[in-house]
Amino acid sequence: MAGRLTILPAWLRPERTVIPGLGLTLGVTVTYLTLIVLLPLAALALRPAELGLGGIWDAVTQPRVLAALRLSFGAALLGAGINAVFGLMVAWMLVRYDFPLKRVIDAIVDLPFALPTAVAGIALTSLYAPNGWVGQLLDPLGIKVAFTPLGVIVATTFIGLPFVVRTVQPVLEDLESELEEAAGSLGANRWETFSRVIFPLILPALLTGTALAFARAVGEYGSIIFIAGNMPMVSEIAPLLIVIKLEQFDYAGAAAIGLTMLVASFLILLMVNLLQRWSRRWSGE
Amino acid sequence: MAIPIDTADDTEGLRSEAFVVTMPPPRPRGALDDPLWVKLLVSGIGLLFLLLFILLPLLAVFTEALRRGVQTYLEALTEPDALAAIRLTLVVAAIAVPANLVFGVCAAWAITKHRFPGKSLLLTLIDLPFSVSPVISGLVYVLLFGAHGWFGSWLRDHGIHIVFAVPGLVLATVFVTFPFIARELIPLMQAQGRDEEEAAITLGASGWQTFRRVTLPNIRWGLLYGVLLCNARAMGEFGAVSVVSGHIRGETNTMPLHVEILYNEYNFVAAFAVASLLALLALVTLVLKSLLEWRYGAELAATRRR
Repeated sequence: MAGRLTILPAWLRPERTVIPGLGLTLGVTVTYLTLIVLLPLAALALRPAELGLGGIWDAVTQPRVLAALRLSFGAALLGAGINAVFGLMVAWMLVRYDFPLKRVIDAIVDLPFALPTAVAGIALTSLYAPNGWVGQLLDPLGIKVAFTPLGVIVATTFIGLPFVVRTVQPVLEDLESELEEAAGSLGANRWETFSRVIFPLILPALLTGTALAFARAVGEYGSIIFIAGNMPMVSEIAPLLIVIKLEQFDYAGAAAIGLTMLVASFLILLMVNLLQRWSRRWSGE
Repeated sequence: MAIPIDTADDTEGLRSEAFVVTMPPPRPRGALDDPLWVKLLVSGIGLLFLLLFILLPLLAVFTEALRRGVQTYLEALTEPDALAAIRLTLVVAAIAVPANLVFGVCAAWAITKHRFPGKSLLLTLIDLPFSVSPVISGLVYVLLFGAHGWFGSWLRDHGIHIVFAVPGLVLATVFVTFPFIARELIPLMQAQGRDEEEAAITLGASGWQTFRRVTLPNIRWGLLYGVLLCNARAMGEFGAVSVVSGHIRGETNTMPLHVEILYNEYNFVAAFAVASLLALLALVTLVLKSLLEWRYGAELAATRRR
């Protein structure tokens, strides 16, 4: 029980501590992780293999699949971009200004994390439909949001909102006011202080938050499918195509699209990790 | 003379003792404070953005749900299929959350109280489900247990149903909520170190006693925080369970899936009625989460900093 793994070579043997339970807890952790996460993901990695490399390429480069991937990644990127701009403003407002109900407004920023995606989906649809509260204002202008790619962007903006705010907010809070004072006493005006002193310091966090919002939005399903209208080649997202392929029992094809998306999101995650390392070096931690 | 204290700037500084002793130097205000018009502009745009993307959708849920009056609203919620969906959602969460709780505590204990090779790899693997699309989280179980999955024919021969049945819903939910509790506990227990546990063991406590009497009181609020977020996601998950559910009314429909079915049948009032319960759950989660952060902020600090 005390984690005496003496069969292991010395360099692999855990460092000794009096605290017991390593064998038990690590055993539970690794077993559970393997059964729940690793084995199923292995199926995803291996299943497309039955198509062969050429088959995977064909499955992923069908025009309908390419259009769906382009929409998922494109709308996620635009949503993340919108969040970068407005999320920064919200974070700035929450850190620097005082106004009534500030705590409530701060708390409600997390709503997209907490609200089930299906609920968000039907709520956004009812708002942006031509007869909805927002839709009826846009309709006379000839702007149609619901059931078009624009609707997909609205949904990706909604679900990515907290990521930028919550990544930038702590960095803004920790910013030392001495830096701004120094800039001020050296004759910089407010805009120069922001653009030359503050912005470079929060840029890594801003990019990290944007990348996280993007990664989340690429795979998003529930909040998008209601508002998108799901027209093939136009407003059909990649996760929906996976569902459609599964319904047709094309497991390998579904897995091929899934694998493509997974590889893409790993690359994004890798980028986020590099960004975070960069920002940690930046802030001198 | 009053010392000009810019509260928004100094909340951080007030916490450090150094600030309390030394007085802030007079400041060149022009460079530190935004001009009024900038304040108004940024707050205006920020609040409008939050109104448009957060407050309005929330209001829309409740308005649409109550459109035909309270009577219709209550009828939609007490209809047998809706009740079955509510029950199933509770059952799935009641299995998934404790399972991930046990896992989270074990993983955090192993990772923070011990040293072993491959720890950072383990941490990365625990985070994996966060970066996987919900649809893929469901897809992987269909690939394993579906009719044409790896174990599909074996399961069929033995009369075991996983996909399109409750076990599949539980598995998919466990997958998507997998990292939540471990992710809250690991940074918290890391920050607390292992001195207290080592002292307890040295004084003769058993491992279990040490966990219950020493570790658990230290991590209880972090644990509750993790359980709260895990539960919200477990009850609200849509994409992953949608893939493995098969959408059998009254049998494999959780609340979010029931919302989808009603909505696609143009039964909007009923759809929004069920959705309003989920929105209420989200609001309660946010309130409790904020309370924990305000009340026990210091104890959760390691968690929030991530």
